[in-house]
Amino acid sequence: MTATFVGMPPFPEAARQALADTQLRANLGHATATIRGKRARVVAEVEDWEQLRLAGAAIKDNTLLHLDEHLLRLEDSLTAQGVTVHWARDAAEACAVVAEVARSHGVDEVVKVKSMATQEIGLNEALAAEGIAAWETDLAELIVQLGDDLPSHILVPAIHRNRAEIREIFLRHMAAAGRPAPDDLSDEPARLAEAARLHLREKFLRARVGVSGANFAVSETGTLVVVESEGNGRMCLTLPEVLVSVVGIEKVVPSWSDLDVFLQLLPRSSTGERMNPYTSTWSGVASGDGPQEVHVVLLDNGRTRALADEVGRQALRCIRCSACLNVCPVYERTGGHAYGSVYPGPIGAILNPLLRGVGVDAQTDSLPYASSLCGACFEACPVRIDIPSVLVDLRAQVVDAHRASAHRLPKAEAVAMKAAALAFGSGARLGDAEKAAGLVGRLFGQGGRRRLPGGRRLLGRLPGPGAAWTDARDLPAPPTESFRAWWKRTGGGRS
Amino acid sequence: MVTCVNDAMFPDTGKAVVRLLRRLGVDVEFPVSQTCCAQPMVNTGYLDEAVPVVRNFVEAFAGYDAVVAPSGSCAGSARHQHSIVARRSGDPALAEAVAAVSPTVYELSEFLVDVLGVEDVGAYFPHTVTYHPTCHSLRMIGVGDRPIRLLRAVRGLRLVELPEAEQCCGFGGTFAVKNADTSVAMGSDKARHVGETGAEVLVAGDNSCLMHVGGLLSRQRSGVRVMHLAEILASTEDAATPKEHPVDAAHDSTEAAR
Repeated sequence: MTATFVGMPPFPEAARQALADTQLRANLGHATATIRGKRARVVAEVEDWEQLRLAGAAIKDNTLLHLDEHLLRLEDSLTAQGVTVHWARDAAEACAVVAEVARSHGVDEVVKVKSMATQEIGLNEALAAEGIAAWETDLAELIVQLGDDLPSHILVPAIHRNRAEIREIFLRHMAAAGRPAPDDLSDEPARLAEAARLHLREKFLRARVGVSGANFAVSETGTLVVVESEGNGRMCLTLPEVLVSVVGIEKVVPSWSDLDVFLQLLPRSSTGERMNPYTSTWSGVASGDGPQEVHVVLLDNGRTRALADEVGRQALRCIRCSACLNVCPVYERTGGHAYGSVYPGPIGAILNPLLRGVGVDAQTDSLPYASSLCGACFEACPVRIDIPSVLVDLRAQVVDAHRASAHRLPKAEAVAMKAAALAFGSGARLGDAEKAAGLVGRLFGQGGRRRLPGGRRLLGRLPGPGAAWTDARDLPAPPTESFRAWWKRTGGGRS
Repeated sequence: MVTCVNDAMFPDTGKAVVRLLRRLGVDVEFPVSQTCCAQPMVNTGYLDEAVPVVRNFVEAFAGYDAVVAPSGSCAGSARHQHSIVARRSGDPALAEAVAAVSPTVYELSEFLVDVLGVEDVGAYFPHTVTYHPTCHSLRMIGVGDRPIRLLRAVRGLRLVELPEAEQCCGFGGTFAVKNADTSVAMGSDKARHVGETGAEVLVAGDNSCLMHVGGLLSRQRSGVRVMHLAEILASTEDAATPKEHPVDAAHDSTEAAR
């Protein structure tokens, strides 16, 4: 079964491992550059793109402001159409609902539509513990599941794999999960897709219970919406007798005209397509057509905690398009596993701490720092989540949490920041510090013979945290005269 | 506003700004009480430590027509982050002072093009140069193509395009140390693209980013130097930027004997 992220090290350590994986670096560099290019082309052809972004953000903000009312309306609309609505405070409650539905029908397997919410709650592992196999039917999720791997991207969970690796996974592991891959399988995309198609078709036709998430939930009509590329989702949503959908409470939109905005924003931002191939919508039970027993699990699992965060609540606008991952220079090099969550990349760096809370574990607390704050994510986000600002706010929350607990504060850093606050508190004190630095520069600079291009003297290896800089980068020696000292000596540069 | 990094590490950039602005007829002052914009504290999460620094900033720069910084990042910090620090302080007087000073802060190329209305600053720099738009100048304050327009007007300068120019160099403040491996991976790609251009000089509007990429270029013995935009714009036929650093050389007996 699928591995889990439990026990992942903090980001810097996990990133170090990923950065040394040459196959991963090559696969990611190629894949993210391709999607970035596609997205840029199709976004550029929409004249009112910025207006659409503003509209998307406004709709989400307004809905989140009255989330309680919209959710009750959604529940009413769903119930009126024969849907059983369940409310789940956390992952355990949500998993228990799905397991109970499966048990009540006596099944030992379910088929799944690609869904972030079910990944988030670890549904596959929870069902496995109950003796129920949860088969992923999205091609990339199938690759991840068969390879006993972890997803590394929201939209393209097997982005870290290339087709040669996929062929290997199919040949080795498909047989244990159902119809085996043909012995003469090549790494041509069409052959790989055909093997997956034949393997999955059996599962679609056999399964009696389907499990999905939803991209959107329209409260006025009680309609769930799934947007996808492959058509496997539609198979899962229509063939089984029973359907359970796990839906984050932030997925609600008031009306179909609101949905219109997101159906324009999402495909261009995610796959770089003008429109996604399949958009499935269903409103409860339709007699004699599709699943005759329909359940919806409305999932909190930290969302109300995020909603209470004044700066961070904008993260709940997220429509899981992955545009921020594809443009992120950090993600492009480390891949998704380093973030230790099904939500990687810039959105993961804010969403995970917002859902879980900070000051509890070192892995979560490392995520807001997993960014150079370059701002490419904010620029690409179709619902204008100001990720850099949220990251900076969360960093303050991490520091404050450690301040309050008075332990586990990275001591050298805290001391350095207090010292800097003192030196930067007045120009005179900074001048003294610079004189000391100039002295250090003279002492350390005299020993080295090497010069920076352009001729300036450089420092040798620094001790302590400074080694993290000088291990890979040269550093100029501090000048013997600071600007401030020059200004004073020359009377403002006039002598 | 010279910025703390330039004051302590790159005084030649500050001197170049003074030379350039005086040449263009600007009355330049350096309030000696200035220190830092507080961005290192804010971006690492130390808001309480940022409060006295922002207080010092607004006291130092109150009452000027314009506060000009040779850094998109420090200008961005003053314009976008000081209000956050003021809110944290709970001091309405500080919030008021920030609201008065923040809008007067300009990044150098903004000040030259928008306020002074010049693109040709009378500079001469006979070298092949490539330009890296730093993230905060590009995306936080939006300098757009102003630096490029200023560079195009420099006599003798040949500007070559940097591939993947808009991708971050990986500096990121304390990110460069806290996530050193990722930072270096990003910087290595930037350095590789710089090498592809065949330029002698990599120019940018932020010395912190240049210190990072320049440190990699130096470690690789690439033969490419980094220079702040201000130093190129300050260079003229009469006073081209000297090849060696005079401050450095003055205190170096080997250099003096040569």
